[in-house]
Amino acid sequence: MSGDVIKTDAVIVGAGPVGLFAVFELGLLDIKADLVDILDKPGGQCAELYPEKPIYDIPALPVVSGQELTDRLMEQIKPFDPTFHLQQRVDELEPLKGGGFRLKTDIGTQFEATVVVIAAGGGSFTPKRPPLKDIEQFEDTSVFYSVRQIEEFQDKTIVIAGGGDSALDWTHALHPVANRIILVHRREEFRAAPDSVNKMRALADAGEMDFVIGQVMELHGDDARLEAVSIRGKDGEMVRTECDVLLPFFGLTMKLGPVANWGLNLHENLIPVDTEKFETSTEGIFAIGDINTYPGKLKLILSGFHEAALMAKQAHRYVHPDARYVFQYTTSSSSIHKKLGVK
Amino acid sequence: MPKITYIEHDGTRHEVEAETGMTVMEAAVKNAVPGIEAECGGACSCATCHVYVDDSWREATGQPDEMEEDMLDFAFDVRESSRLSCQIKVTDALDGLVVQVPEKQF
Repeated sequence: MSGDVIKTDAVIVGAGPVGLFAVFELGLLDIKADLVDILDKPGGQCAELYPEKPIYDIPALPVVSGQELTDRLMEQIKPFDPTFHLQQRVDELEPLKGGGFRLKTDIGTQFEATVVVIAAGGGSFTPKRPPLKDIEQFEDTSVFYSVRQIEEFQDKTIVIAGGGDSALDWTHALHPVANRIILVHRREEFRAAPDSVNKMRALADAGEMDFVIGQVMELHGDDARLEAVSIRGKDGEMVRTECDVLLPFFGLTMKLGPVANWGLNLHENLIPVDTEKFETSTEGIFAIGDINTYPGKLKLILSGFHEAALMAKQAHRYVHPDARYVFQYTTSSSSIHKKLGVK
Repeated sequence: MPKITYIEHDGTRHEVEAETGMTVMEAAVKNAVPGIEAECGGACSCATCHVYVDDSWREATGQPDEMEEDMLDFAFDVRESSRLSCQIKVTDALDGLVVQVPEKQF
């Protein structure tokens, strides 16, 4: 699809609860939205970090889990038929000469939108970097947090660190091409699909790979080329293991990411907005939810919902400049009922 | 109120008064103890409130449950004494508890 530019009224950066509710508020004002999210599913932190955990401060829902909140929001915004662009991150955002914005994701999806709503929460989920000394110097040459092309690992001696599904999935995917796979995990038990674990143990028992109980504690090498890692075993002894590549898989963390390069005013990695329109320092770019800041800000989902409603009112001016904004209640407005499919 | 001492990697000690029922992570965050990030806010979902429990207190604080043990896979430099401080509830029995904060959270 790269090359085709998707034209839409609003691009919402981030499909967490606040981004999802923004679809609803924009939809009520006839503003069509496309959402972009780095995760493979909507819901943001609610779905990724605590799908099972109860939330107690959503108005009128005494208790709701992160996943249920997400599911309910998805149901609520269904009438507006938003388009989701998942597993990608908006990398570029620039104003267009005639008004509006052009956006481009890391996998090449391009948008032209009248308004942009940044609802990116704590930022984009990125792989955790182990706090190993000098790890930066090896990144992208010998240390990788994701695998783009399996062929690049042909005949390499690869240390894979971690005990989750990613560590095991890549163990199996790279095993056929690698010279040797050394899987390093701190304990016998894994937090991964049992099939995958059993298959790994079988490979290790057959001598086709190594499974080492321990933790990678030091990196050794010249410039950007890794030569070995030191692994601290259960007994506390450090063992030097020769290798070409280290793949650490320790889950995800949130980083502000490319938002910092979009020319917006920032304050301590947050985006200052006004509390009338929740607009950033650039007209037509809004920031709602945990990523914004203003006097009195509370990082609550309910605050983000409120911000979405006021944002939508201003977005309406840009998207439908000739239409008059009419404040309406969902309970009684026949035009809203039509949009929601209420019969 | 139970007292908890947090020792930073460089040896700096922070003695705080905690309320029973809160977690060791919450007591740290409330008192601005450096080095306990608690990115997920205490949902046992991020492993950025990792601490080492002083040997003399390990029996009193107990062992991590399965979920916490799984999450410790995402911490750095995990040791026998490792716990996620969001999973240790403060009780009167923990008055005097000493934990060390790792040099770096992940």
